[in-house]
Amino acid sequence: MRSVPKLPSELPLPVQATDFRSRLRGPQVAARVGIWLGVCFGTAFVTGVWSHYAQSTPEWLTMPTRPVNLYRVTQGLHVVAGSVAVPLLLVKLWSVYPRLFLPVPLRPSRATVVQVIERLSIGVLVAAGIFQLATGLMNSSQWYPWAFSFRGTHFAVAWIAIGALLVHIAVKLPVIRRSIAGPVEVDEPPSGRPGGAPLSRRALLRSTWLAAGLAALATAGASVPLLRDVSVFAVRTGSGPQGVPINRTAATAGVGAEMVGAAWRLELVNGSRTMTLSRSDLEAMPQHEESLPIACVEGWSAGATWTGVRVRDLLALVGADPSDGADVTVTSLQQRYSFGVSTLPANFAADDKTLLALGLNGEDLVLDHGYPARIIAPNRPGVLQTKWVTRMAVST
Amino acid sequence: VRAQSPLRLVLGVSGVAAGLYGVWSLRAVEWADWPSLLAYLVGGVVLHDVVLAPVVVGIGVLAARLAPAAWRAPMVVGLVVWGGLTVMAVPVLGRFGALSDNPTLLDRSYVASWAVGTVLVVLAVAAAGVLRARRVAK
Repeated sequence: MRSVPKLPSELPLPVQATDFRSRLRGPQVAARVGIWLGVCFGTAFVTGVWSHYAQSTPEWLTMPTRPVNLYRVTQGLHVVAGSVAVPLLLVKLWSVYPRLFLPVPLRPSRATVVQVIERLSIGVLVAAGIFQLATGLMNSSQWYPWAFSFRGTHFAVAWIAIGALLVHIAVKLPVIRRSIAGPVEVDEPPSGRPGGAPLSRRALLRSTWLAAGLAALATAGASVPLLRDVSVFAVRTGSGPQGVPINRTAATAGVGAEMVGAAWRLELVNGSRTMTLSRSDLEAMPQHEESLPIACVEGWSAGATWTGVRVRDLLALVGADPSDGADVTVTSLQQRYSFGVSTLPANFAADDKTLLALGLNGEDLVLDHGYPARIIAPNRPGVLQTKWVTRMAVST
Repeated sequence: VRAQSPLRLVLGVSGVAAGLYGVWSLRAVEWADWPSLLAYLVGGVVLHDVVLAPVVVGIGVLAARLAPAAWRAPMVVGLVVWGGLTVMAVPVLGRFGALSDNPTLLDRSYVASWAVGTVLVVLAVAAAGVLRARRVAK
């Protein structure tokens, strides 16, 4: 006589994987969409890590100042790759959804352990993947309805997502190879028979590529000027005062007109040597003109012509030569939000193209663009192009 | 199977290493922010697996019962394109990040573009459905 009820061999599920009838679901579609989804995640990962390090550069890394448009290209790619990944991920998840309802063995065995590990790794991959796309696209539209800090969390979860993706590829490699090498259309029922899918796998794949292509066209215009008119879902048209959009206004940053009047001074500091300059002092110095983009972490960018004083000329006034390798700390009048103080690495401070800009596209800077003076440097994220500069100090 | 084992091993080991680095990097998240982070990590999966995927299954079941056979293929194409782009565009469609003092942000007529796109998809699906139905009738 048994007194202990026997554990069922499988977890009872209300839905079984075999309840899903569509032929279109399965490895032929999953592998082909998965490859392009992997390309998108890989692109977003590499450009994302690059962007993270561009914003806070570790000791062991020196960011290059050329090509001047590099960050514009990498960050544009980052956001477009994430946008394109949305339709790809939806089709990919659709193609494997029945696997969520595969029998879950409950009796301890090696197979059970393997299945639990595989399911957990898929769970991590899907959770991290959706998290990255959702928070990334929300951030790109400057919508942050969460408590955690975006950049650090998006960076950490990116490593989890790419790690889970690599494990997933390792586990599925034989299936991927078999599916790619084999025909797209297998087990086709004769046409006209019941049970056939409404369209072929090939047609479903083509629809997916169409959706992905349209997603790219609909968003890329935020950084590719030629696509501005077709990118109906781009976060910016690229227009704004003096021909350039604004990321953070003076009002939002807490910079009032009274703070940048005739009393405004720029303070230059090199150890014990200091100097204060008014805006007319700056205007009296040799002026240079540079064509440099504003390229924001949100993925939008815009080219512009800036005029102003070379940062290296300013540093020379207090006896500093950035070629010696000392970074420069730039302080803004900004009262609210992050990046009120930024570090201009020595190689950027030494670059001829790095300006303390006074004018934009032929006019004096407007307040929202950083009047009386702002930093503009090549190949830098927009958040580091500090506006309303009040102090520049050479690190000692 | 033998030949691909080293590649799979390299992929697996580097994947685990990358994932662990990610988990370790999460130590910077403040304790107070963890509920929000967990809600987002779990919420995305739940939203897909429990809401979106069953809705799509339901649409498929309804279409298989109600839609004429000739219309089903164009309807799938339409759903893939329209659905994928609509989900992608949710943040701009809602203009949740719009700031009253910054007209250069989210400065397009997103909902109007989406509505025009929706009408175009519906017209394309209808046109394809009618054409296919005629071809079948012949």
